[in-house]
Amino acid sequence: MSPGLIHYLAVSGALFLIGLAGVIVRRNIIVVYMCLELMLAAGILAMVAFSRFLGRADGQVFVFFIITVAAAEVAVGLALIVALFRARRTTRLDELNTLRF
Amino acid sequence: MGETFLEWAVFWTLAAGAVASALMVVAGRSPVTCALSLACSMIFGAGLMVQMRAYFIAAIQVLVYAGAVIVLFLFIVMLMDLKAEAMRRRGGVALLAGLAVCGPLALAGWRAMAPLSGGGGPPPAPPDEVQHIGRLLFTDYVLPLEITGVLLLVAMVGAVLLCRPGGAGDQEGRP
Repeated sequence: MSPGLIHYLAVSGALFLIGLAGVIVRRNIIVVYMCLELMLAAGILAMVAFSRFLGRADGQVFVFFIITVAAAEVAVGLALIVALFRARRTTRLDELNTLRF
Repeated sequence: MGETFLEWAVFWTLAAGAVASALMVVAGRSPVTCALSLACSMIFGAGLMVQMRAYFIAAIQVLVYAGAVIVLFLFIVMLMDLKAEAMRRRGGVALLAGLAVCGPLALAGWRAMAPLSGGGGPPPAPPDEVQHIGRLLFTDYVLPLEITGVLLLVAMVGAVLLCRPGGAGDQEGRP
């Protein structure tokens, strides 16, 4: 018996949880952003697994859109981080506390 | 029998590689290590997709993520010349918070997946799957496709606007 849907979903869930833990634990804004990308990639893996095991291509079309949106998000997010770095000279999240209540 | 064993061996290798490099992203000290581990994780994930016979998405994942996104991250990390992080004092609290959020989520995911059946590979991929995806993109999903195009344009304009001299946060170039 070859690997089934549940095995691919388990890998995807593990990647998502690791990414979430990274977002919570890390304090460097760029690394937090990388962990966000990791969570997106985990979602993509789950979507592809569902698409292939259901035998429908619609899921892969969704994945196509997710990847496009993720690329746009990285471009804008990194531009924001660069602007922030130019203004504050730091990438540490605990030093970026202007908006904290 | 032998073929099934090989498939499991490939699966476990790819899955372990993906999870291990994801852990390296979280645990890595320098941002360059994190970015390269992220690229590794993406490539292992693409390998899993190849094993599911979703070749098109696997290729897109390698091209867009490992190719474009990670290189962009590396550019920014090198541009800012970030040093490796020193050990944090409050690392324990953050670790506890991470466990507190991820533990229940992992439990819920496990409970949700438990009733799913065990094994058996996906149904064989039709030989013209990529054509089918393309046809879907330009028929059923043509409106989302156009919106995505506009979104990419807006993102590009926004990124240029944020980063040009005199843009947000630039003290020297401001008139």
